Amino acid sequence: MSSQYHDPANVTNPEHSEHHIIGPGTYILVYVSLLILTGLTVAAAFVDLGILNPVLAVGIACVKGTVVILFFMHVFYQSKLIKLTVTAGFFTFLVLITMTLSDYMSRAWGLW
Amino acid sequence: MDNAIVATHDTHVEEHHVELPQLRHHFETEEQQREAGTFGMWLFLLTEIMFFGGLFFAYLLYRNWYNPAFVAASNQLSIPLGTVNTAVLISSGFFMALGVWAAEVRKKSLLVLFLILTNIAGLAFLGVKAVEYKEKWDKHHIPGAHFDITEFVNPPLNPKTGKPVEEPLSPDMAQKTQLFFVLYFAMTGMHALHMVIGIVLLFWLTYRANRGEFTEGYVAPIENFGLYWHFVDIVWIFLFPLLYLINRHPGT
Amino acid sequence: MSAATIVNLPDQKTAVIPKKNYINAEDGILSWLFTADHKRIAILYLISITFFFLVGGTFAGLIRLELLTPQPDLVASDTYNKLFTMHGIVMIFLFLVPSIPATLGNFLIPIMIGTRDLAFPKINLLSWYLYMFGAIFLSAAIVLGGVDTGWTFTTPLSTHYLNTHVVTAGLGVFIVGFSSIFTGLNFIVTIHRMRAPGMTWFRLPLFVWSNYAASVLMVLGTPVLAITLVLVVLERTIGIGVFDPTKGGDPLLFQHLFWFYSHPAVYIMILPGFGVISEVMSTFSRKRVFGYSAVAFSSVAIALFGFFVWAHHMFIMGVSNYSALVFSLLTMLVAVPSAIKVFNWSFTMQKGSITFETPMLYALAFIGLFTIGGLTGVFLGSLGMDIHLTETYFIVAHFHYVMVGGMLMAFLAGLHFWWPKLTGRMYPESISQLSAVTSFIGFNLTFMPQFMLGYLGMPRRYHSYPPEFQVLNVLSTAGATVLGFGFLMPVLYLLWSLKYGKIAGNNPWQATGLEWQIQSPPLTENFIEMPVMDHEAYDYEWLAHKTEQEVTTVG
Repeated sequence: MSSQYHDPANVTNPEHSEHHIIGPGTYILVYVSLLILTGLTVAAAFVDLGILNPVLAVGIACVKGTVVILFFMHVFYQSKLIKLTVTAGFFTFLVLITMTLSDYMSRAWGLW
Repeated sequence: MDNAIVATHDTHVEEHHVELPQLRHHFETEEQQREAGTFGMWLFLLTEIMFFGGLFFAYLLYRNWYNPAFVAASNQLSIPLGTVNTAVLISSGFFMALGVWAAEVRKKSLLVLFLILTNIAGLAFLGVKAVEYKEKWDKHHIPGAHFDITEFVNPPLNPKTGKPVEEPLSPDMAQKTQLFFVLYFAMTGMHALHMVIGIVLLFWLTYRANRGEFTEGYVAPIENFGLYWHFVDIVWIFLFPLLYLINRHPGT
Repeated sequence: MSAATIVNLPDQKTAVIPKKNYINAEDGILSWLFTADHKRIAILYLISITFFFLVGGTFAGLIRLELLTPQPDLVASDTYNKLFTMHGIVMIFLFLVPSIPATLGNFLIPIMIGTRDLAFPKINLLSWYLYMFGAIFLSAAIVLGGVDTGWTFTTPLSTHYLNTHVVTAGLGVFIVGFSSIFTGLNFIVTIHRMRAPGMTWFRLPLFVWSNYAASVLMVLGTPVLAITLVLVVLERTIGIGVFDPTKGGDPLLFQHLFWFYSHPAVYIMILPGFGVISEVMSTFSRKRVFGYSAVAFSSVAIALFGFFVWAHHMFIMGVSNYSALVFSLLTMLVAVPSAIKVFNWSFTMQKGSITFETPMLYALAFIGLFTIGGLTGVFLGSLGMDIHLTETYFIVAHFHYVMVGGMLMAFLAGLHFWWPKLTGRMYPESISQLSAVTSFIGFNLTFMPQFMLGYLGMPRRYHSYPPEFQVLNVLSTAGATVLGFGFLMPVLYLLWSLKYGKIAGNNPWQATGLEWQIQSPPLTENFIEMPVMDHEAYDYEWLAHKTEQEVTTVG
């Protein structure tokens, strides 16, 4: 533990990362891939895939969301602290969904 | 003040650059202030995740309970408008990201340009949304006293095949389409509210950017606003497939 | 026993309050209303929550007065409904949730971690204004005729069947919620980003750890309450149907979303109290807290488990048996970290040089009462017992043992403990010891009979009851009177001490925290020079060494 010298920005901490500037090249790449994925999700909706339709739709949305978070929102270059924070948010969201759903699903077995 | 607890510490951290005027007195370095700001913004976004989380769960529950009603109601939404709007919003986010880059490399006119583009795309999104809301009003799809279920009980016939364009719903199930539109308006409305707040902030930020406040090394407001704006994008990225694309392949 | 004391005051003839401090740094009411100083905001909060505590306490007094006799004679039944509703809403949202974090936490966390202010001072001020704004809404709801849904806003009762001010109260709670979100956000960022050099995570005082855990719950839980209340307000005003079975909605969805916040909320209320007890136990036992890291991690564990247990409030509402089983099991698990804390505090006292100043008396009361409250919580968490005991006075007694016996005792312990730091003056010792004992006796007399009443089957939320319950109810009301005096006395003598209290000096308790090494009341900027932490928390040898050095230097 770095205890004895001054470290106001917590430079030695896992909570810290260097400020990273992302150039327009990366952004254009991300932008194009987001547009392609949007097209893909619309196209997929018109194909009958049964149960896979909603799974695919949500899956593509997750990929898009992750790309936005990682690059547009710079999380890919951020400290572990920020990464952990974002994960914690989605984890709590999933707790809300799954724990509540577990009640509704086990109340009507087989109907879900 | 007691001496044992106050040790003199080396001050090399502050030595090498001129302090920004925006550095607040209780932070020791700009780095510390910037990271505190980013972290605070992310925590705020966590609260937003949970705020929308309640609505998303309500959607999940009722979509499973009243699937036929949700399918029929969802098919009333316009795919072209929804797709265009998604693209518009992604473009807006793209411009915002470029704006952050412009601020970081200290190009004032580029920053102002990108902020204006972001704003135009945001306003375009709201415009399309208004057109869609108007259509719901005309078709009596606003939940409430004037809500009309005839279209779901007796769907119009397809002139070519002579068959209904949609699976007809029982009156009871058709009533549940109202729940879809409630969630549609609650979720897109809450999203639009965030957009409106964002657009107001954008005007203010553009004004300040034009005065050159964010291109002298102090980019935190632009960065943090960018986080907010991208988060609003992400909400829409999920809303679009969930509301517009439930079941677009009739006949199954 | 009474002779033994650790209090070490400066010579009263020569001692003075430091000329420059945060209280007299600027003058005028506006300098308080527009301050960005975390210490001043803490005082603003302290004044407001004390006011609302007295309001909520008045409602409680009227409830107990009505229950003195089996017949409904003091108030009409709907007035009684309003009384217990407003008691609950005011006490929970305007007192318990902000109590320790927004006052003591706000004042102490920046000092304890060795920085000048919270990370976002203006947002801190904003959170107080939001609190007051929400409180105005709630007061309006009270003054305009009250609200009688119970503090839980249960649908469809709140959305369809009542003609009281549900919307006003709902909006008030919504706004107060944002105040607590901003407090929590500020604490998390401050604790991560602003610690003094050398202040590693495991050198933080446990008060900081427990407030950190509570802040995480505030940030992640409160927004769910916010959206739920928005939906209730919309349901009531324009009938959206999300919670209305006639339109296909599900009232149980409301319960799930509401308790997703409101169960973690009880940990928001109690966790900062745990922090106070850790500080007080250590100081008055002259020992490092036993099992420091276990106590620290148990706070985090409680915060984590807190998100997995909410459906135990819904066992009788028709949740599935299978998920009730899971939620019951997870509920039992929360008892583990809570027990870790209680055992560690007990071991902190073992072979310590214990003295019994007022904060310690309150802290000892806390341990006993919290243990009873916690253990009855385990009863209620088990499925079979819950069916019998929920919605009776047993559950009322259970949460009052945790919230009043636990949280309020901890708040008073903390308030007395840090009063010299807040004001620079000591509270009067003997009368405050009397008040601690009074409130302990009064509390048990009030709520112990309610356990029996509940077990015998007296339901909660009724203003009349069968005559055979009268003896226990009279005992309870008598206890409430004693308790009322116990809580009123501190208000009076603490006010008195502002002018006439003995001058406390920097460190009246000879405690080790950073906050005790600076002047009382502190300077606006807290530290003249930024501190460097070179020892563990609760290191009494370091303190003795330091004092020795000072003596030699002066000598």
